[in-house]
Amino acid sequence: MKKQIISGTHEPFAHIIKREKMPWWKEWGVRLCAIALSLVVCAIVIKLVIGVPPTALFSKFADGLLGRMRADIPQNHQFWLTMGDTSILLLIALAITPAFKMRFWNIGAEGQVLIGSLASAWMMITIGKYVNAGGVFPRWLTLVVMLVVAMIAGAIWALLPAYFKNKWNTNETLFTLMMNYIAIQLTAYCCTEFWSKKNTSNNVGVINSEGKAMGYGWLPTPLKESFPKVSEWLIIIAVAVVFSLLIHIYLKYSKQGYELSVVGESENTARYVGINVPKVVLRTMIISGALCGLVGFLLVSGDQHSISTTIVDGRGFTAIMVSWISKFNPFAMAAVAFMFVFLEHGAAQIASVPLPNGQRLSGAEEFSSILTAIIIFFIIGCEFFINYKVVFRKFSKKGE
Amino acid sequence: MVSLSYILQRSIVQSAPLLLGSTGEILTEKAGNLNLGTAGTMYVGAISGVIGAFLYEQSIPDGGTLNPFIAVIIPILCCCVGSFVMGLIYSFLTITLRANQNVTGLALTTFGTGLANFFGTAIVKIVDSDVPAISFNKTSAIYKAYLPIADDLGWFGRIFLSHGFLLYVAIIIAVLAAFFLKRTSAGLNLRAIGENPATADAAGINVNRYKYVATCVGSVISGLGGLYYIMEIGSWSINAIGDLGWLAIALVIFALWKPNIGILGSIVFGGLYIADTFTSGLPADLVRMLPYLVTIVVLIITSTRRKKEHQPPAHLGLAYFREER
Repeated sequence: MKKQIISGTHEPFAHIIKREKMPWWKEWGVRLCAIALSLVVCAIVIKLVIGVPPTALFSKFADGLLGRMRADIPQNHQFWLTMGDTSILLLIALAITPAFKMRFWNIGAEGQVLIGSLASAWMMITIGKYVNAGGVFPRWLTLVVMLVVAMIAGAIWALLPAYFKNKWNTNETLFTLMMNYIAIQLTAYCCTEFWSKKNTSNNVGVINSEGKAMGYGWLPTPLKESFPKVSEWLIIIAVAVVFSLLIHIYLKYSKQGYELSVVGESENTARYVGINVPKVVLRTMIISGALCGLVGFLLVSGDQHSISTTIVDGRGFTAIMVSWISKFNPFAMAAVAFMFVFLEHGAAQIASVPLPNGQRLSGAEEFSSILTAIIIFFIIGCEFFINYKVVFRKFSKKGE
Repeated sequence: MVSLSYILQRSIVQSAPLLLGSTGEILTEKAGNLNLGTAGTMYVGAISGVIGAFLYEQSIPDGGTLNPFIAVIIPILCCCVGSFVMGLIYSFLTITLRANQNVTGLALTTFGTGLANFFGTAIVKIVDSDVPAISFNKTSAIYKAYLPIADDLGWFGRIFLSHGFLLYVAIIIAVLAAFFLKRTSAGLNLRAIGENPATADAAGINVNRYKYVATCVGSVISGLGGLYYIMEIGSWSINAIGDLGWLAIALVIFALWKPNIGILGSIVFGGLYIADTFTSGLPADLVRMLPYLVTIVVLIITSTRRKKEHQPPAHLGLAYFREER
């Protein structure tokens, strides 16, 4: 009966059916093919847009990893700069992963990290002023205070959307999105109104760079003598490694991790088996936000020693893509985060490749976002071929 | 002290790109697609138009004058093509390949802003032009031209008549979109898809075709918003469009997914966006926070009311696969 209907003249030329689960090596084969294809497209774009041979540009990419990019970073430190940036991106991706796994579309990581930065900068400046005015405050306690306040701030920023989601089912995607811009404007306000050195510039500048408070709230740089290249990034990289393991264990082996993945799979199932869904949502978002706050603290204390609205630099959004295309696997996330940072630093080298007409290009960072986005398009597009199968008309007849 | 008519006039100028952006996004969202790529689309719309204008101005020999009709139509066509392609990328990934909408949208924004900023600085060198930076003053002047009669009509002329033609196009598009969604059967079908695509599919509506058309047309409308904004400024700089695209998405919520409310909402948002230029006492950054704060308040209030017609489309952000239950 059913067969008669579908084999009539109106049977579509092709239709889509869900595929059985692929073996893992096939899945990764599809993804690798997608990445390879995306690199081909990138090469075509480079050739068409800039007109230089793509190989000339791709070979420059290694310079981005090992060469010199930032004026304040000595040449051979570039590799560790890449690792440091990778760690920051990885940490933000790790922070939002629990929420994403719960299918809570928290796209507010940008704001949650920024508000963490703002809170720790606030503490840093306040304590710095107090110390410079003659007060006594231990160095280590400064860091602790900054860290705690940053995590609380991040948690609050994440808690609000979760609370309203629970209470009235308020759309969390739009809510968290708006919270980003509130954080940005709040930071802009604090920077220009209270902290900028108005007579010299509009920037906040390096915090606690003079007087008795010199270096207060700066993350220590251990092993500076024996490993000068890495010491600046050592703590950030170590934190990223530790949190990769912790999040992996939390998601895979803890009861809470199991609960949130059940909520993500089906809220009704979760309710049916007796999971308190609102509680899980709140708890997960607090953890997520607090981790984002921690990254904000690391950015201020370990990386910039300053605060501005661009301190997160869109990485809160990039991290969402990192987390998603890694399928929430912390180790895959590390690889993807490295790939993104590598692309960013590598594409910066296009400025050193001369155009056919002898000119030299600017806009290197922007070019890297084009390449990054192309690769993301391919990776998220290829998931279709992992999950679905296209069945054509004549094949389907044969199959039945 | 600035006059009220001046404030209103500036707000209206500022409102048009937001209105276009949000009208496009409303069409897209009504089909169940949450396109977070709107920010990127507006960038691409703007830079496509700018490149069109730039190349046309470059092709005119020194001292020559532009043909006003061609000078208007080239940027608009370029803008439409650019933003249409953006809509197509989004549609193909989310509708045909059923990729996650949030991630696709964010990637599209990365792509669009990167593309625009790259060409904004690089086009001069790629075409080997002898001018130092990208310039399109003459085209911009044509876009900003208005009837000379407006200057003689006092406050009335200033508020209602002293704008380039694109502003009126924006309002017409918004009114048409409102009419389309509310009063035509195609609009009803579109809303049905956003609420429950499976039901719409069962009723014989071609879900994918509607989604494609709504998203691509929506992208083109949003892209025109970027073009208007950049023509109003008259020059390109890095991140010229700012966070206008995100503000447009906020406006969608503020307008409760209704383009006709969006017309008034855009004037409010436009005024708040530039309020710091005519308020001296208030801190600019806090005033700029207001549109987002107000949006959150509206979002919360509408969710507490649970009135069906004020809610986001029920299937917003979710991919539709026929065999899924």
